[in-house]
Amino acid sequence: MSDVIVPITQKKDWMSDQEVRWCPGCGDYGILQAVQFLMPELGVAPENTVFISGIGCSSRFPYYMNTYGMHSIHGRAPAIATGVAVARPDLDVWVVTGDGDALSIGGNHLIHALRRNVNLTILLFNNRIYGLTKGQYSPTSEEGKVTKSTPMGSIDHPFNPLAVALGAEASFVARTHDLDRKHMMSVFKAAHDHKGASFVEIYQNCNVFNDAAFDEVTGKHHRAERMIDLVHGQPIRFGAEGQHGVVMGTDGQLRIVDVAEVGEDALLVHDAHRADPGLAFALARLSHDDHSPTPFGIFRSIDRPDYGGQVAAQVMQAGEKKGPGNLASLLRSNGTWTVG
Amino acid sequence: MNPAALKADLHRLEQNGLLIVNSDAFEARDLEKAGYDHNPLHDGSLDTYRLVEIPMTSLTQKATEPLGVKARDAERSKNFFALGLVSWLYSRPVEPTISWIESRFKDLIKESNLAAFKAGFNFGETSELFDHPYEVKPAELTPGEYTNISGNVALAWGLVAAGQLAKLPVFLGSYPITPASDILHELSKHKNFGVRTLQAEDEIAAAGMALGAAFAGHLGVTTTSGPGVALKSEATSLAVSLELPFLLVDIQRGGPSTGLPTKTEAADLNIAMYGRHGEAPLPIVAAYSPANCFDAAIEAARIALKYRTPVILLSDGYLANGSEPWCLPDPATLPDISVPFTTEKNHVNPDGTEEFWPYLRDPETLARPWAIPGTPGLMHRVGGIEKEDGRGDISYTPDNHSKMVHLRAEKVARIANDIPPATITGDADADVVLLGWGSTWAAIDAAVQRTRRAGTKVAWIHLTHLNPLPANLGELLRSFRHVLVPELNMGQLCRIVRAEYLVDAKPVTKVQGLPFTSAELEAAIQETLS
Ligand code: SF4
Repeated sequence: MSDVIVPITQKKDWMSDQEVRWCPGCGDYGILQAVQFLMPELGVAPENTVFISGIGCSSRFPYYMNTYGMHSIHGRAPAIATGVAVARPDLDVWVVTGDGDALSIGGNHLIHALRRNVNLTILLFNNRIYGLTKGQYSPTSEEGKVTKSTPMGSIDHPFNPLAVALGAEASFVARTHDLDRKHMMSVFKAAHDHKGASFVEIYQNCNVFNDAAFDEVTGKHHRAERMIDLVHGQPIRFGAEGQHGVVMGTDGQLRIVDVAEVGEDALLVHDAHRADPGLAFALARLSHDDHSPTPFGIFRSIDRPDYGGQVAAQVMQAGEKKGPGNLASLLRSNGTWTVG
Repeated sequence: MNPAALKADLHRLEQNGLLIVNSDAFEARDLEKAGYDHNPLHDGSLDTYRLVEIPMTSLTQKATEPLGVKARDAERSKNFFALGLVSWLYSRPVEPTISWIESRFKDLIKESNLAAFKAGFNFGETSELFDHPYEVKPAELTPGEYTNISGNVALAWGLVAAGQLAKLPVFLGSYPITPASDILHELSKHKNFGVRTLQAEDEIAAAGMALGAAFAGHLGVTTTSGPGVALKSEATSLAVSLELPFLLVDIQRGGPSTGLPTKTEAADLNIAMYGRHGEAPLPIVAAYSPANCFDAAIEAARIALKYRTPVILLSDGYLANGSEPWCLPDPATLPDISVPFTTEKNHVNPDGTEEFWPYLRDPETLARPWAIPGTPGLMHRVGGIEKEDGRGDISYTPDNHSKMVHLRAEKVARIANDIPPATITGDADADVVLLGWGSTWAAIDAAVQRTRRAGTKVAWIHLTHLNPLPANLGELLRSFRHVLVPELNMGQLCRIVRAEYLVDAKPVTKVQGLPFTSAELEAAIQETLS
């Protein structure tokens, strides 16, 4: 396959002629930019790329991409995208969704697309609020959140999107945020290149209904101390001088420590390829609030056969075993008799 | 019959009909259990029937005694005595039953059942309790090659055929539900036809997957029954808006909710017609016999593909599990239902540049172009938000929405010109016409034949397309004094034709989870005419 032609495209080839209509200052703009900057690097063609979304602010995304696209039904994007990807394994299929879309009304479809390992790149814009419907709490909103639908504070325990994905044994799980285009691009590229279901949570700021939700972690002044960059094969450490790290205690709990106290050798070495998702799960749950050190990057990336590929293989096997379908023989397959 | 069966089913027997009872089962205790305070065999209440009393229990005991079967165990073989008796009565060959018993049972139970069966047969021959055996002549079948087919298998094969005739892979998204699951099972066996089947996490996903596959260029199908139709309503409405080919197959059962999952009913016509949000009309095709499920599946696919619309195909539990001899069609005579994908831009701007407009319609069918992912230059976005006529961009303009609602309705309405006109069976000059649809076909057929044989004129129209209705239907119905609409629901089609044509159609309804009997329909005809 040395003569495969890699399509050469530019960012503008991926931009549709539609006016982008998110609120000024919305984090979605940065994510759209990152994706549009990335596409030429992927060596794929717009006509072979499909963006499927559900309903919500983030789900307007397909309109802005000059690819095939569908703005579908609230929560159903993973199911509809499964149909596209299984019917056509030759396509690059992306799902753009939000915290309400993917984790509330569409929770079932999300976990099943992940467990089946359908070849999809799922981008979940997590802004921890319902934006399109103007400010109700979402399944990722923190307990106690006061919104229009929770005037006395939310009593719902929130989902941790990565823990949900890991619980469904997703084969690729990562986190990034809307303020760092380079980081987004590298995570999106790895997610795209991964065969099977890739799940990326993007911390996205909704400056209208939930401004600065992630500021204490991803804000310029906090990043160094609160963002933990996961690098496969490297000890997990962070801080301006790399002075903090993560260790596993004898009780199996992950803890944040000072490297100077425990020594570098005691630090946990990140292994994204571990078959067991347990450690990735523990990392996903390292931070329990919105102002503690929080890991970013690729939590898990393992090889597992992708669903559409397996469906295609069964279709091929059946063809080899039984020969191509013949309608006349099918109609006779239960035995016949002749009336003369 | 025993007393309980007599009580439950006597109303189904015609006057002067043959009534065979197991006289051993009419002891005081049995009568009391069935709720009789006296013995109906002796009070004259059965005088209008031809009553034959046979001590089946004791005869079976005697027949099996030499084998060493205890009296109590012989009870269990008495149904075979009855089967042997009926086999004689209707001159049926015994060999198939004997070999079935031999393959099905073992040891003493096998011997006991065989002895009871033969004893029953011989009893008929020697007892002189009956005047003569009946002979049911083999049905008059047109020459050809036949197979026995059930509705669900025929429907599954029809979908396979539709894929072949459309030159498209079939993609089935489905969630197990009675009585539709057998279609999923059957289609799963035929991957060598390029069929892909996916057992989804729920009904909603099953519909979504089929719609996604349709967007990607497959023949997208989802199969279900009543409650599943409700769950698929959302995706079906999107399919109306996206204007993509999409097949929703509903094997109706008794409802609402879980209702009577294993019993038949045809009460989903309303949800098929109206069960979506917004103005969302779609074509509806209904199968009328097990074998007809094959043709109905091809026809539903033809309409979906040609008009880029979701289509609902209605069958029911009675057709799904019922079977009949089917004269096999020659695949070469089946219609070509393929439609071309759009591969070229279709609009030229004033400045000479070319564009692809996903909602630029065919002037005749009003179908929009179907351009699938992978086609260079035709990238476009579709969605549930209202689209601008032609160009397909999001549009909230009042006039445009009105125009699109009307266009989508007009597209479905025009299908009336592309389906066969309604035809009359029986007497066109009769006073009464029966208007049927779906599985009532067999009962109406028998009722019409018997009424006409008895010298009464009657006409019959059976619909295979319920939306749009055949263009000539109103005119036909208006030419009769009485219009009767037999349906296994509370009169759903009846209300549609009354509203559509202002004819004084009368419903004949049944909602017992059972099909009509021809006697019930015959009675309805006579009552209308008297
Ligand atoms: S409501 Fe929030 S999430 Fe939605 S577009 Fe506006 S800022 Fe963005």
